[in-house]
Amino acid sequence: MQAIVFDGVSYVYPSGVRALKDVSFTVERGELVVLMGENGSGKTTILKHLNGLLKPTSGKVFVDGLDTSKYTVAQLATHAGLVFQNAENMFFESTVWDEVAFALKNFGYSDDVVRKRVDWALRFFDLERYAGQSPFTLSGGEKKRLAFAVVLAWSPPIIALDEPTIGQDSLQKEKMLHMIRLLNTQGHTVIMASHDVEFVADLRPRIIAISSGSIVADGPADEILPDTEILRRCSLHPPQLALLMARLRDLGMPRKLVDVDTAARLLVERLRP
Amino acid sequence: MKVIEVRGLSFTYSGQDKPSLRDINFEVGEGEFVLISGPSGGGKSTLCRCINGLIPHFYEGELRGEVYVDGLPTSKTPTHILSQHVGMVFQNPQNQLFSLNVESDVAFALENLGLPREEIRDRVDEALALMGIEDLADRSPVELSGGQQQKVALASILALRPKVIMLDEPTSFLDPMSAMNLVELVDRLRRKLGLTILMVEHRIDLIAPRADRLAVIYEGQILYDGPPRDFFEKYDGHLYGVSVPKLARLSKEMARHLEWPGVILDIDEFERVVRLIAGHRL
Ligand SMILES: Nc1ncnc2c1ncn2[C@@H]1O[C@H](COP(=O)(O)OP(=O)(O)OP(=O)(O)O)[C@@H](O)[C@H]1O
Ligand SMILES: Nc1ncnc2c1ncn2[C@@H]1O[C@H](COP(=O)(O)OP(=O)(O)OP(=O)(O)O)[C@@H](O)[C@H]1O
Ligand SMILES: [Mg+2]
Ligand SMILES: [Mg+2]
Repeated sequence: MQAIVFDGVSYVYPSGVRALKDVSFTVERGELVVLMGENGSGKTTILKHLNGLLKPTSGKVFVDGLDTSKYTVAQLATHAGLVFQNAENMFFESTVWDEVAFALKNFGYSDDVVRKRVDWALRFFDLERYAGQSPFTLSGGEKKRLAFAVVLAWSPPIIALDEPTIGQDSLQKEKMLHMIRLLNTQGHTVIMASHDVEFVADLRPRIIAISSGSIVADGPADEILPDTEILRRCSLHPPQLALLMARLRDLGMPRKLVDVDTAARLLVERLRP
Repeated sequence: MKVIEVRGLSFTYSGQDKPSLRDINFEVGEGEFVLISGPSGGGKSTLCRCINGLIPHFYEGELRGEVYVDGLPTSKTPTHILSQHVGMVFQNPQNQLFSLNVESDVAFALENLGLPREEIRDRVDEALALMGIEDLADRSPVELSGGQQQKVALASILALRPKVIMLDEPTSFLDPMSAMNLVELVDRLRRKLGLTILMVEHRIDLIAPRADRLAVIYEGQILYDGPPRDFFEKYDGHLYGVSVPKLARLSKEMARHLEWPGVILDIDEFERVVRLIAGHRL
């Protein structure tokens, strides 16, 4: 079944900004999709439609088969969870622990389950030592991981991540990459917005490229990320190795996404005396 | 000339049992471009707060050691004086925006300085143009996308033209082209105007080719302070929370099979070396 359907969606903010223009796409259950595009292109606006924070001005959004215009944010929460781009805007509890526990308690889980899920999510993101502190005393990257932990703890079928790698060091990014893959294999649908081309190149998801509120391209990372024309339109930049391969095309290097080992093998084959 | 001098600095936030900074010694010379990196929670933003005086003036805790900016001791100098010497772009751009529209946000600090109206006009226009956001001038900052907000925060600091610009993950919300433009802009300004740049970043691949130095802050201490490429020669950056650029990893692979001049971080240089070797082969 389709997890997400955008059918001719346009969205105009109350101030009059037309942020989405006739956007249509579908995401199958268990898929991994990354939205990429320039600042202000409409990525966050799309993600905010998934949990009903925004309702389309025209067109329809279906989440788990539900027409979001007919459901409240609270009702949609069991279907889709959003990790905000600006994590601080999600926090309202006085401790890190309560922040993660809040949604679980609301869904009526037993104390025992709540405790286990909260402890697990905090431990996964190296946040257990802050459990009793205010969320606002965390570092920038820690706040972002807390926001992810909140949604991970209740693990809705659809998980939307707005720039999850902001403020993360390479170890934390690697853990996020593994968690996203794991969620996928468990059948969760993951949709995220990201500017982090290197992270996206490692994930190799389906990419929806958007610009000025419209979809420009939709396809696998292997096709989109080496495509300089699409990248230019969306203010993106190829991953470092794709760029290197592109520059060395005259030496027989391929036009595709490569990892370090492949790039090394191709170059050494070409250069070895 | 040293613009920033940090001596034996330790800081523990009140309510924390562990210090967030431990015995930091660190200096920055005029016109230098220093990249600061290291794991999330390592103490990078805390060091920035000590340099612009937010610590100890606004954050409570136990502070030891000394910090001087332009010769001024930060713990004894009011922050509004310090802010004329060191301009800071915060990690979360939202915390820096408060006016009704973008233009007045960028003008705000200039008005506080009591500059003539003409000059304010010119500086605001210039800063908006440098960040490529002239079209947002009349918009409300709270109604902007994350990246647009970050650009406004950057413009506000550029308009102030401080001698030292400290940027805490300034590209975190920017799209890749805007991030590249920002780094080029900052580098150009320091070359043209002799500005000193301190930039906290995880996007090493983007910044390292232009930075003079990389300082790695790990568990509240300075683990490394020196040329960026030497760090990647000596350390497995990944273990210390420093993203290893793909070119650095590729350099190491190349060196295992070929005569290769060590870690290369700059793509132009990498291409040159490949072509040089390919040329010799022909
Ligand atoms: N609350 C709001 N009120 C009015 N306009 C808004 C609001 N939020 C965003 N916009 C505008 O809507 C458009 C799309 O914004 P959106 O936040 O979806 O972009 P984005 O792709 O997420 O950008 P970024 O990469 O900078 O986060 C932009 O022109 C933005 O200025
Ligand atoms: N206001 C505060 N009150 C108490 N503890 C704090 C406060 N701000 C930061 N800390 C703690 O101090 C340590 C260092 O935090 P800091 O914000 O300097 O890290 P950082 O290197 O900037 O991390 P990031 O890359 O995630 O932004 C962390 O353990 C953090 O939880
Ligand atoms: Mg956004
Ligand atoms: Mg920080």
